[in-house]
Amino acid sequence: MKNYTNTYIFTFSAIMVVVVAAVLSVVAMQLQPKQKKNVEINKMQNILLSLNIQASKDSAMPKYNRYIVDSYVINHQGERKEGVDAFSVNLAKEIVKSPENRNLPIFEASREQGEKQYVIPVRGKGLWGPIWGYVALEDDYNTVYGTNFAHDSETPGLGAEIATRQFQKQFIGKTLFNEQGEFVSVDVVKKDAPPDAPHAVDGISGGTITSNGVDKMLKDIIGVYVPYFKKKQKNN
Amino acid sequence: MSQDREPLFSSKNMKLLREPLDDSNPITVQVLGICSALAITVKLEPSVVMALSVVFVMGVSNVVVSLLRTKIPPRIRIIVQLTVIASLVILVDEFLAAFAYEVSKQLSVFVGLIITNCIIMGRLEAFALSNKPWPSFLDGIGNAAGYGLILVIVGFVRELFGSGTIWGYQVVPEPAYSAGYVDNGLFILPPMALVTVGIIIWVQRYRNRKLIEEQQS
Repeated sequence: MKNYTNTYIFTFSAIMVVVVAAVLSVVAMQLQPKQKKNVEINKMQNILLSLNIQASKDSAMPKYNRYIVDSYVINHQGERKEGVDAFSVNLAKEIVKSPENRNLPIFEASREQGEKQYVIPVRGKGLWGPIWGYVALEDDYNTVYGTNFAHDSETPGLGAEIATRQFQKQFIGKTLFNEQGEFVSVDVVKKDAPPDAPHAVDGISGGTITSNGVDKMLKDIIGVYVPYFKKKQKNN
Repeated sequence: MSQDREPLFSSKNMKLLREPLDDSNPITVQVLGICSALAITVKLEPSVVMALSVVFVMGVSNVVVSLLRTKIPPRIRIIVQLTVIASLVILVDEFLAAFAYEVSKQLSVFVGLIITNCIIMGRLEAFALSNKPWPSFLDGIGNAAGYGLILVIVGFVRELFGSGTIWGYQVVPEPAYSAGYVDNGLFILPPMALVTVGIIIWVQRYRNRKLIEEQQS
């Protein structure tokens, strides 16, 4: 076997590292705009889906522009924050902040009928990783119009069921506030929830931790919006 | 010393391509790369994408390492192999995220885990380091195809019984569900992949007798 000097070994590794780094960075930079666009389109699809609008990859952008008429960011006291783009708010970074410092995005949607819906992005913890989604409310800021949840790595067939329409459709028509006007959120319960229960839906059997994650996510994230909702409900 | 040029598709070279499909299949005979075979075969589509990604990574990495085989200092050869594999895998990952976003979301971390696929490093060590680029390329493609073949079979079976779909399309008819047919949830979970691979090994050994070890008396 040939004997290699240390100098040769170091030179070899150095050249290899530089070549590899150059190739990878060029490719990453070339593909970045396309990847970013994919992520954006995916986000649009998810927002639309919470409004029960199916959109393909190509139709997502035009449909989003047609139905989402406004988007803005509020703070925990329910005042509008200027100069923050709601679409580019990264929820993963927001939820680790204390509620007072959070940017709270709202996407305002309007269908042909003229009534408005408000889409709130939510994010929380599942069993294995993050779960997130969008909750659309009717313009009484109380009744759920639609939901859409997604997850990173929940167990297929169990926790991952939160990403199915059957699970998500249960939320439609449920309300966030009880008759006294207190925020009670929508519980994801283990026992069978009667279909007419106003504040509860069926959890997933075998997916208890993920179900609890959805439950907590709704309470925690939507809870911060409550002052804003109250204000709006008073004005109505 | 003159050397006769070997034809590109000589029987020796074709054997490199064919053997891993059956006689020395990485999964069912060498029992390598099982981990990823369990993880991404819930549905057919990710299985196929994974198989194609591995074919690409193995083909190219075998050629690259084979081309460099006289230049690579043996003392750092493992690191060099890993660097080659890892760079290729990152390329695959970037391209998937740009051109097949849905699939890349489904495969998530498992694309990155191609790096740790024992088959790839195994073939680099055992073959590419001591053979010319063309046979190394065939060897890489062959082994990756042998791996991919099993992935696709397992993915097909698991999606059919676990979700009642193939490539996302419903194949179990609606009346079957109304008549009480239920998708088998066990097929979605990893243990069933192991059982499926076991059944494939069984069938393969039934058909290919020379794989059966001599009975010790």
